[in-house]
Amino acid sequence: MKVVAKTANEAMAEAMRQINPDVVAAYPITPATEIVQIFSSFVHDGLVDTEFIAVESEHSAMSACIGAAAAGARVMTSTSSQGLALMDEVLYIAAALRLPIVICEINRALSAPINIHCDHSDTMNVRDSGWIQIYAEDSQEAYDSVIQAMKIAEEAFLPAMVTADGFILSHAMQRIDMLEDEEVQAFIGEHKSPYNLLDIYNPITIGPLDLQDYFFEHKRQEADAMMKAPEVIKKVADEFGQKFGRKYGLVEEYRLDDAEYAIVVIGSTAGTAKDTVDMMRDKGHKVGLLRIRVFRPFPAEEIVKALKNVRVVGVMDRADGVNAYGGPVFMEVRAALYEEEKKPDVYSFVYGLGGRDVKPVDIERVFQMIMDADKGKKIDRLNYIGVRE
Amino acid sequence: MGVIDIKKIAKTEQLFAPGHRACAGCGATIIIRQVLSVAGKDTVVGFATGCMEVVSTIFPYTAWEIPFLHVAFENVAAAISGVETAYRALKKKGKIKKKINFIAFGGDGGTYDIGLQALSGAMERGHDMLYICYDNGAYMNTGIQRSSATPFGAHTTTSPAGKKIPGKMQWRKDLTEIMASHGVPYVAQASPAYYQDLMQKVEKALSIEGPTFIDVLSPCPLGWYYATKDTIKIAKLAVETKYWPLYEVDNGVHRVTVKPRKFKPVEEWLKMQGRFRHLFKEENKWMIEYIQKELDKRWERLLKLEEAGL
Repeated sequence: MKVVAKTANEAMAEAMRQINPDVVAAYPITPATEIVQIFSSFVHDGLVDTEFIAVESEHSAMSACIGAAAAGARVMTSTSSQGLALMDEVLYIAAALRLPIVICEINRALSAPINIHCDHSDTMNVRDSGWIQIYAEDSQEAYDSVIQAMKIAEEAFLPAMVTADGFILSHAMQRIDMLEDEEVQAFIGEHKSPYNLLDIYNPITIGPLDLQDYFFEHKRQEADAMMKAPEVIKKVADEFGQKFGRKYGLVEEYRLDDAEYAIVVIGSTAGTAKDTVDMMRDKGHKVGLLRIRVFRPFPAEEIVKALKNVRVVGVMDRADGVNAYGGPVFMEVRAALYEEEKKPDVYSFVYGLGGRDVKPVDIERVFQMIMDADKGKKIDRLNYIGVRE
Repeated sequence: MGVIDIKKIAKTEQLFAPGHRACAGCGATIIIRQVLSVAGKDTVVGFATGCMEVVSTIFPYTAWEIPFLHVAFENVAAAISGVETAYRALKKKGKIKKKINFIAFGGDGGTYDIGLQALSGAMERGHDMLYICYDNGAYMNTGIQRSSATPFGAHTTTSPAGKKIPGKMQWRKDLTEIMASHGVPYVAQASPAYYQDLMQKVEKALSIEGPTFIDVLSPCPLGWYYATKDTIKIAKLAVETKYWPLYEVDNGVHRVTVKPRKFKPVEEWLKMQGRFRHLFKEENKWMIEYIQKELDKRWERLLKLEEAGL
């Protein structure tokens, strides 16, 4: 273990170097460009054995990743925002072909208007594509999660994306505990594919036409793999925790034990929110925080367990549903709580679009609004925080 | 380049098995068999979404006796570039030793149109792969819609021979020359009617390390409106009327591989196909003249390139 100062981009690129994948196919896009740049220098300086494909688009990046993974290689890529959106079609194919590809994703707003800063509209757009989604709170977690994701993907036979907030994490220097190269290699082990295209003595057809008689069964199997993925994610996180001392779960509870009011967040906002919770606790408010780390597979059980005794919940979405009932995280959290006899009231708060800064005062306002709602003040189900209206 | 021994070829293992659901008279299935008889068993193929992928892989059946990959419509070149890269990575690590051929197939829709970017990228990057376009001049799988490979004047369901606009009003994109302009080591145009020529080109392309491209004319009875027995006849006439010159661009040098002693007027090719029927109406005759003039011009240009050693 060594302590270094790294941005999330640098840390994720280092994780890729230590994983030393067989193939990386990637395309530059702000704010994830550095990952591709740094990794290219690893390739050109001979620090990895990886064959790097500098493709002509993100669609081809993921297509080449699919081909390489189907050929039995260990495969990674990196992208953000429009790049992830351009991959959309092939993301579904990677997942349904059950190929364990890992994306180092940097969260950035989707156009239009064009904007290069953080929100979660890009990864929320592909939340049902069949990819495991891990949202990092900080660069350390981004680094640790990329290493875990490679192992999770290969054990669950599902692709995984690890995401970190654009600029807030991707370009901000942080103290990072880095593992030794050998530790990473020992942790992920050797990649073995049960069947692949290069086994010419056992030819297989990958990606056939699948009609009314089989398609549904294959999609059901894919869903089943995702349903079993939480166990794999927990197992890998436990092993990581035991070996390296940093523990991760599907969700993270912060001062929730006796909380009456809670907010739910994803990503780097959790850092600011934890401070705000502390500040409000000091003032005597019984408030807490739930951070969803793994959004796919959706950890409904853990969320219900964490929130069912709270009086009111404010779910903060860094992506808008645009005329849906609320933000995407809100809708799923609220739906998960629906069956509980005693359940909190849940409100949606959309914030931080296009990199709009979120400050403790904004989070305090969310708490204040849900506390007011509890006292009988009528508030909207869907609220926009930090916007001029 | 050796002469293809037809007797030997006839005895090669069928790697594209019977039982697929292609139409009677399909040109593409003939092309696939000709290609595979040269490529052999140590070959991985990729297919763009299209007729051939649809008819050959209806789960739980497959017509493929060799590894087969289909991902989507526009990305077969990218997907096979990934397979080929994985091969190099694993070979470097000693995990694979055998020499394997990588062939990407796409129809003209998946190659000239929606897949052009991925194809251009793969060719520029220099992957050791052969891309074969089976060019039937329209989106046949979805029901005969015009593509940028559709010949001038042809009727398709999105360029119908209407009362005001008589079919497709644009000349087809010259993809073979676009590929040649990429500066890749080998580009060719072939026709299944000249199987020796086609197979020699495939053999040559596979023997070259680096990206290679062959554009193959693929008659389609359904989309061209002709009797299924005439597939090879039409594929031959296309060459004899200058519609589809057989040539190669070997390391940047053009060479016409089949030079018919006597050319037939393009009318003979056009009149066999229902998609050109409206051209024979009095008011549309100018279109046939225009096609002939354009084909003559393009043939002359090709000969000049060859003569100049370009």
